[in-house]
Amino acid sequence: MSIKSYREATFDAMKEEMIRDGTVYAIAEDINGNGGTHGRYTGLGEAIGDPGRVIDAPISEAIIVGSAVGAAMSGLRPIVDLRFSNCIPCAMDEIVNQAAKSRYMFGGQAKVPMVIRAPDGILKMQGAHHTDCLEAWFTHVPGLQVVVPSTPAEGKGLLKTAIRNDNPVLFFEHKKLMAMTGEVPEEDYTIPFGKARVVREGRDVSVIVYGIMVSRALEAAEKLAAEGIDAEIIDLRTLSPWDREAVLASVKKTGRAVVAHEAVRQSGFGAEISATIAEEAFGALKAPVIRIGAPFVPIPMAPNLEDLCRVLPENIYEGVHRALGRQSDR
Amino acid sequence: MKVSKEQALKFYETMCLIREFETSVKHDFLNGEIPGFVHLYIGEEAVATGICAALDDTDYIESTHRGHGHCIAKGADIDRMMAEIFGKKTGLCKGKGGSMHIADFSVGMLGANGVVGGGYNLAAGAALANKMILKNDRVSVVFFGDGASNRGTFHEAANVSSAWKLPTIFVNEMNQWASTTPYETTTAVKDISDRAKGYHMPAVIADGKNVFEVYAAAVEAVERARAGEGPTFIECKTFRVEGHFVGDPELYRTREYVKENAALNDPLTWFDRTMTRKNGYIDGVIEPQELEAVRAAAKEKIVKAKEFAMSSEYPDPDQYTADLYL
Repeated sequence: MSIKSYREATFDAMKEEMIRDGTVYAIAEDINGNGGTHGRYTGLGEAIGDPGRVIDAPISEAIIVGSAVGAAMSGLRPIVDLRFSNCIPCAMDEIVNQAAKSRYMFGGQAKVPMVIRAPDGILKMQGAHHTDCLEAWFTHVPGLQVVVPSTPAEGKGLLKTAIRNDNPVLFFEHKKLMAMTGEVPEEDYTIPFGKARVVREGRDVSVIVYGIMVSRALEAAEKLAAEGIDAEIIDLRTLSPWDREAVLASVKKTGRAVVAHEAVRQSGFGAEISATIAEEAFGALKAPVIRIGAPFVPIPMAPNLEDLCRVLPENIYEGVHRALGRQSDR
Repeated sequence: MKVSKEQALKFYETMCLIREFETSVKHDFLNGEIPGFVHLYIGEEAVATGICAALDDTDYIESTHRGHGHCIAKGADIDRMMAEIFGKKTGLCKGKGGSMHIADFSVGMLGANGVVGGGYNLAAGAALANKMILKNDRVSVVFFGDGASNRGTFHEAANVSSAWKLPTIFVNEMNQWASTTPYETTTAVKDISDRAKGYHMPAVIADGKNVFEVYAAAVEAVERARAGEGPTFIECKTFRVEGHFVGDPELYRTREYVKENAALNDPLTWFDRTMTRKNGYIDGVIEPQELEAVRAAAKEKIVKAKEFAMSSEYPDPDQYTADLYL
């Protein structure tokens, strides 16, 4: 084990996979100039001994993604970095029609192994065109897989799996993860898709979260523990596929569920989780599923308004109290 | 450019196969035997034939919703093509793709794209993969119409192909109609190949009914691409004889206009006329009965393909979840 930042851990994932497999390459805007998103590609070409596999792209999201689909169909394994999830809509056809559907509609002739990394979420005052959480859009598209890591160790293991995976993967990484540090195993490891992680065992309530919300849920759980409330925290890790069994087992145990994400509450992925719990664990529920998400607005620039859109530990704390039938004010 | 008589007859065979295939499909669609949409390549046969004749099996093509001609010319199995259009399990895509998503990866046909202008980026991606990472000399052809060149994706692919000297060959099938719109009412340029100038891309205009001219342009473009010198734009002037789709009432153009332009641009009658006289494309001539024999054999193949399709089963019900994830 060693302490690494998320940036370092995911750099290692890419380096190791690109050394292991010469068909893996990375393409993004500004990837060589200043190392791409948060400088996380700095030195990658040298580290793998093959700078030709780290490609600086023009400002053409459609071709960055579309060329990756074509390259994947020709036998390569591209890692695409779109800098911000907000850039994804510039390549929607390439993701939703081309990447997602090619294998299926060509009757298995095509294989589209590619990873699209996209930093997302609210940082500070980046404004509406640079702040979004779009994971729910892509959990709705058959043929895609959606991954949302929560820590450096999780990021490394999930990214390695994503690269080795033979399907198109959307890899949403909250901007606040970049600076996060944590213990990362030294040995080569991967984390499977569709297998949630029980981050904290508990008796009283199931808190179902992913991405940056996992660390916020842990913070809320500490405050709740001081009040004698024992929260179980489930890190979904991947949203498509997602680990229904783990969530249902937890809710059947605790009888109460709180789902939280930074994405807009309406039609967020929390709705899928809540509906599934209601359908398949209704008898175990002692209270309705509490669903927490951002308000239904684009993210405003003014910091005081932006703060109103955040989903923070105190929101999860309040949500747990509501699940336990106590006072709610949101 | 001169070719052997055998090569010329091969061209003719491919064009006849396309013409007979499309005629059969049109007939079956109007009889209600084929589901969905079909978009016919009638009148444009020389373009797919000439271009694909310059390619190897290991080269790639990206096709369009009007893709049957490309698929045949690239060497796909005709029986399995027909079965695919009928949605049968013996089809190239196991019945899951149909006419608009027909594909045969075994001969480098990376798929017909139901999204107009959806294929440029895929073709450029295959080109990028082969040149920049796999470091071989395969080329990647993208077919597209005049209407499709108005999409932003054309411009992104043209830019990057030129900037990185990718072995992408842009084949514009200038058939003068973008669905129901005559191209001149919605397109800023007169010759679509004018757009290549903006990307420092060499361009050539070929007479789309002259398979030899198309072939010659393709051979040169392939040579340039394999040598690492970058993309070429080949504009093939042709004409879309049928409506946008089978069943299109074509209220936007008259029967007389279609008849006149179809006759002017027909690649098969041009070939018949030209090859049976002394010409600059082959040594000697081809006798009319040789051409008739090729045409008859092609028709026979299509009849067999239809029998194969009709006698095949639809996919098993559990197949609707197959091939979603690997």
